Amino acid sequence: MIAGVAWDTLGDLALRHLYLAGVPLLVGLLVSLPLGWLASRVRWLGSTVVAGTGLMYTIPSLALFILLPLVLGTRILDDTNVLVAMTIYTVALLTRTVADGVGSVPAHVRQAATAMGYGELRRVVAVDLPLAIPVIAAGLRVAAVSNVSIVSVAALIGVSQFGSLFTDGFNRNAMGPIVVGTLACVVLALLLDALIALVARGLTPWLRRGVPS
Amino acid sequence: MIDQTWAWLTDPASWTGTRGILAQSLAHLRYSFVALLVAAVVAVPVGLSVGHTGRGRWLAVNVAGSFRAIPSLGVLFIAVLLLLPRLRGELAFELPALLVLVLLAIPPILSGTYAGVQATDAAARDAARGMGMTGTQVLLQVEVPGAMPLVMSGLRAAMLQIIGTATIAAVVGLGGLGRFLIDGQASRDYAQMAGGAIVVAALALTVDLVLALAQRVVVSPGLTAAVRR
Repeated sequence: MIAGVAWDTLGDLALRHLYLAGVPLLVGLLVSLPLGWLASRVRWLGSTVVAGTGLMYTIPSLALFILLPLVLGTRILDDTNVLVAMTIYTVALLTRTVADGVGSVPAHVRQAATAMGYGELRRVVAVDLPLAIPVIAAGLRVAAVSNVSIVSVAALIGVSQFGSLFTDGFNRNAMGPIVVGTLACVVLALLLDALIALVARGLTPWLRRGVPS
Repeated sequence: MIDQTWAWLTDPASWTGTRGILAQSLAHLRYSFVALLVAAVVAVPVGLSVGHTGRGRWLAVNVAGSFRAIPSLGVLFIAVLLLLPRLRGELAFELPALLVLVLLAIPPILSGTYAGVQATDAAARDAARGMGMTGTQVLLQVEVPGAMPLVMSGLRAAMLQIIGTATIAAVVGLGGLGRFLIDGQASRDYAQMAGGAIVVAALALTVDLVLALAQRVVVSPGLTAAVRR
């Protein structure tokens, strides 16, 4: 027990929270990579995609959780609603980041790759995306932290995760669970943030080797 | 479900009266703008000063960044439990909610303002000094106009945060459009919940659009031309 919350409960809620915030992060990244790359290549498409996904981000989370059953035909308590909503938010944040990241690759690097005989697709996968990793990782860290925070709102429509400690504590006028839930959210967010930073560091060894002048 | 939601939205009775959509929209806008204004009054001067002097930079960067990790629902409940026994009447529910909205809005405005001043063209700043401008003149005539695009995007991010969280604050008794979401759920009236959610989404989009237009007006045409180039 910690401040009136059983460790078992906390563990279960942690897994639920990680699932609801983490899966959309991965799916959102997979969707944003081609979308952001396209947006950086085709200018009119770029402004449309960035504006469109940005528009989705303006919809308040509670409203989106409630509206998705209408669109998807799911039940209001279905996890799918939260997963889809969080994926939308992730894509909204990351598409612009991926476009910026790919756009930040220096022109001479692209030209060198083309001169070495790299085809378009191979260059994108082997040159553009790796070089864009620092920018994409920075965006992914923002998305991870805000996903963890937003998911807690789903407790209001009865989807259980750390946010359930908020509603539970509030209904019983007990401060303990609310504080535990808040701290748990922050810790989970910081852990995900650190994990992404570590992975990005591992994927970009050239940044640490020092560039010979 | 869609038919019932549409029926709720098109029923004139849903729109009128002290608890109707119109009245609640106005209340929602009132809370939101008050919170934005208070947050801006605090955050913009601090952001300008941090950006201009470079002092307290770690505060602007780290505090603003780590704030994102704090779940607003938890903070809201903590604030209400702490303040509720100490306040009376309607204020007891409104004040903690408004306080949380202001606290949430400060970091994006602060970091936007700070980053905006930092992003001002160094050459323009040097030129202004070279022309004999004092520190205050450089701040007001060069750095503030130069910072406007990022200040405005900070304000827009803050406003979206406020509108969304004000919806959540209906749980602790705050008025506004969140009432339809929370009361609808309490009475298992999904049509009301979904209708309210549509109205909130529309309100958020409209306010963001208005602020985007305001951004065009307040940002110097010299800057936007430079960006388009």
